Amino acid sequence: MATISSLQQAPDTHRRNSGIPLDLDVLDRIRVNMSAVERRASTLGGRRTVKKETQAAWLLKAITCIDLTTLSGDDTPGRVQRLCAKARQPVRADLLDALGMGDRNLTTGAVCVYHSMIDTAVEALKGSNIPIAAVSTGFPAGLNPFDLRVKEIEASVAAGAKEIDIVITRGHVLTQNWQALYEEVKTFRAAAGQAHLKAILGTGDIVTLRNVAKASMIAMMAGADFIKTSTGKESINATLPVTLVMVRMIREYLEMTGYKIGYKPAGGISTAKDVLNYKIMMKEELGNDWLQPDLFRIGASSLLGDIERQIEHFVTGRYSAGFRHPMA
Amino acid sequence: MSIAEKFDSMEYGPAPENSEVAFDWIATRKGKFNLFINGEWVKPISGSWFESYNPATGKPLAKIAAAGEKDVNAAVTAARNAQKNWQAIGGPARARYLYALARAVQRHARLLAVLETLDNGKPVRETRDIDIPLVARHFYHHAGWAQLLEQEFPDFEPMGVIGQIIPWNFPLLMLAWKIAPAIAAGNTIVLKPADYTSLTALYFAELCQDIGLPKGVVNIVTGGGKTGGALVKHPDVDKIAFTGSTDVGRNIREVTAGSGKHLTLELGGKSPFIVFEDADLDSTVEGVVDAIWFNQGQVCCAGSRLLLQEGIAEKMIAKLRARMETLRIGDPLDKSIDMGAIVAPVQLETIKKMVSKGTEEGAEMWQPSWAAPKEGCYYPPTLFTNVAPAATIAQEEIFGPVLVAMTFRTPDEAVALANNTRYGLAASIWSENINLALDVAPKLDCGVVWINSTNQFDAACGFGGNRESGYGREGGLEGMMEVLKPVFISKLPLYKTAATPSKISADKPSPKHLDRTPKLYIGGKQARPDSGYSLPVYSPKGEKTGEVGDGNRKDIRNAVEAANKATGWTKASSHNRAQVLYYMAENLDSRKEEFAARLRQTTGVSAKKAAAEVAATIQRLFSYGAWADKYESTVHSPAMRGVTLAMKEALGTIGIACPDENPLLSMVSLAAPALAMGNRIVLIPSERHPLTSTDFYQILETSDVPGGAFNIVTGHRDDLAKTLAAHDDVKSVWYFGPLEGSRIVETTSSGNMKRTWVNNGRQRNWFDRRQGEGREFLHQATQVKNIWIPYGD
Repeated sequence: MATISSLQQAPDTHRRNSGIPLDLDVLDRIRVNMSAVERRASTLGGRRTVKKETQAAWLLKAITCIDLTTLSGDDTPGRVQRLCAKARQPVRADLLDALGMGDRNLTTGAVCVYHSMIDTAVEALKGSNIPIAAVSTGFPAGLNPFDLRVKEIEASVAAGAKEIDIVITRGHVLTQNWQALYEEVKTFRAAAGQAHLKAILGTGDIVTLRNVAKASMIAMMAGADFIKTSTGKESINATLPVTLVMVRMIREYLEMTGYKIGYKPAGGISTAKDVLNYKIMMKEELGNDWLQPDLFRIGASSLLGDIERQIEHFVTGRYSAGFRHPMA
Repeated sequence: MSIAEKFDSMEYGPAPENSEVAFDWIATRKGKFNLFINGEWVKPISGSWFESYNPATGKPLAKIAAAGEKDVNAAVTAARNAQKNWQAIGGPARARYLYALARAVQRHARLLAVLETLDNGKPVRETRDIDIPLVARHFYHHAGWAQLLEQEFPDFEPMGVIGQIIPWNFPLLMLAWKIAPAIAAGNTIVLKPADYTSLTALYFAELCQDIGLPKGVVNIVTGGGKTGGALVKHPDVDKIAFTGSTDVGRNIREVTAGSGKHLTLELGGKSPFIVFEDADLDSTVEGVVDAIWFNQGQVCCAGSRLLLQEGIAEKMIAKLRARMETLRIGDPLDKSIDMGAIVAPVQLETIKKMVSKGTEEGAEMWQPSWAAPKEGCYYPPTLFTNVAPAATIAQEEIFGPVLVAMTFRTPDEAVALANNTRYGLAASIWSENINLALDVAPKLDCGVVWINSTNQFDAACGFGGNRESGYGREGGLEGMMEVLKPVFISKLPLYKTAATPSKISADKPSPKHLDRTPKLYIGGKQARPDSGYSLPVYSPKGEKTGEVGDGNRKDIRNAVEAANKATGWTKASSHNRAQVLYYMAENLDSRKEEFAARLRQTTGVSAKKAAAEVAATIQRLFSYGAWADKYESTVHSPAMRGVTLAMKEALGTIGIACPDENPLLSMVSLAAPALAMGNRIVLIPSERHPLTSTDFYQILETSDVPGGAFNIVTGHRDDLAKTLAAHDDVKSVWYFGPLEGSRIVETTSSGNMKRTWVNNGRQRNWFDRRQGEGREFLHQATQVKNIWIPYGD
């Protein structure tokens, strides 16, 4: 069983998406009914739940899917080193032992930083197999000169990033310029080479669920390995309705091409309860493969702390406190 | 399983809802429940109890009293004794009780949800998230109607004592739908829960005690069909409200015919779920899940016929099958279960039989790869493809988790397939094109349409069906109209058939005028009666004043056929219909002397009275010209982002049997509202005084009334009325004659469960505008279709 959360280590469960030629007919057929999507998203939490041991196991699995993230103007090497240490050992060893998971070398899915912090992270994560994800292409707005955005990807890959979180030009979506969007992501994908490409759609910026669906489809056609909701910097970030639309597009693309595309919600997922709802949606809409870190990531910074508290509560029966868990 | 194993498998684990409190409650009642009559728990005089089982385990839950006839009598007496005072305390006082009931339901929401799941077998997810919240909402909403009753319904009063019989599929919700409006309006009730599912009703009875509801306002008599039968037949019950199967509903119609009991029936369905090629298919799949696998498909309005546009049919079936694989069936108390148990072994057998019938008839059956639990009453979700409309499973209600899929090519064909059923309860339409969806919705013959949604309910929106799905609406303003009656009704005098002359005069009429032969008026043409016979018409003095056609069954058949063809009248704009009604008034006005003279001749009234009747008739036509574009549809605001259009629609063809009194005024008082709302009519004039109606042809012919909109068949009224009531293509029959005729019409109407409106042997004063025109008439001339339109983009 794959328990170590690195793309490289995961057995070759699926072929990497090489993209397909732009097919605008597929886009024309996309229909999204907002009310029906919201109904499904809002009732799912009432239709499925996990309790006790199952919940503990699911929360541990969620940890392996976290892209532990710091993307702030005040990031320093020291801050990133702490983050990497937390990524290596996200849960207190005594708790893992109590759960019978002490021998699993549990880590987060990745560490996600700006380009300038890659060197520090490479050093800090040496020997851990935890991949480094770098946000790129003029994150978060993505409006830097195009050639600089491409060069930024190349530089990050060269520096050791195994995953590149790019931001799309939201304007291409808002002006329905699908050709331009396709070319852009395709170019980014080529620049990323062996590194996996996560395409951030900026779902809060592109607003309508139809736009979200279409942008998802274009990004996958252009070769994205993951589609990701948002930068965490928009006013609205990951939501369950947006997730439902994106994962349905992943299913559609799978049916069209046989490629499995990963999904990454980011921003706003801060509680264990939240993350369980996302996992339930992944399982229901896409199946168990999308509960594993090679196809599911969560962009989060404070989520881990809440999961730790819930896990301790499960182990001890007492409600936990944040200071009992080592900080990042 | 260890956490590490769960971590690796990522399967769901058990998530049981605790049922301890519910079992404790049953235990503290020693597992045996009496009847709730006059605010007390009383042992059944019948001395018998029956067992209620948990369908998920097959284990008995409790012993429930089986009320006998004497018990029902006691309950009705208690309700009768309580009614006057309950009415007299006034709406605002009653509102406080309803509000208290709503709060009490909320305070005990989880216990009620668990109890319902134990008793019925439906998933606790549904009872917790749907049934019980809707129950509370219903009492809140109707607390509001009680508060506003005197202002909003000033000329109405409660019906009195209402007998209510509810089904087992939504036990407490159906209780709420029945009780809340009834008691808000000032009625008192005797409710019989379904014998499979009495427990939440009994818990509700305790809530009534807890909040101090006056004794006798709510009485609960548990039992089976015999108990229900006793309630239906009870002479002191003013109305029966029934939800259940069409067969039982039909029987109730026949048993109560002529008794004067008001009746509302919510019966079966075979509702279409229409998917157009531009639908959001992934969302549509979830819609199907909520349409047919909600409550194991044991839902009267379940979307059980999946109609797919050919271009997307294959894709949709593939998506649906994939989705069916992820449905979870099992212990309904588990919070991660989609489908629980079928309510009882006998129901399970019915489902199995229907499924094998479907396979025998050549349809292709598909079930998911996983197996349903062997213990308990379970049946897996089932999809039939290659189903012909003629197949049994496409026509009969299965009342289980069985979906039949068919395809269509065009919107018109979708409508035709959707309407190709004896039922007419609900429909779902899935399309991202609002033009298409809103074009199709009015064409479906049913009471509820959900656009891009399904199985949505709200206390503010009427629910109910057409055709063999019953009549009457529950919820909102429409529902309140079913528990109130105009104040004047109970004071009306008995109907008097116009006296036949004591002796027939031997004098022959002098041939002053050229001989006129009044024929029948069918399809805009004067037609000779099929029988070839005529009936003499005598004046009160016994002079023969003419002869009219002796209409028979075939004339009725022809008239109904002509009426059904005249769809142009229904499609015409309300403005256009108003113009025609005004024009009729205009033409009658120009011939008023002639009609007054005819009235004098045939009814023997004074010149003054005859002139007054003609004048009142002209007024009435004017009134309905005015009403034609003012009795409008309304918009409800349910708890969603969207609107529910309560569309007032014409019924179609209405048969009208007219009384003898004031033959011109009464005829127009009945015909005009039906026409104003876009119905086509087949009218049987007064048997004694038909000549004003045969004269009226000339008004029709000169007033642009399109052929077939207004048909007249003279002859023996009650025979003709019976033929109309028995005609499956007539939507409603109005009868205003002697009591016996009301009974005949109501009995005979049970064939296609058409609506009826009868005078119960009472006579109206047609000159009194409150009795002779207005909203009551328009209400009878329309049916409300609630179209749910969620929006947002």
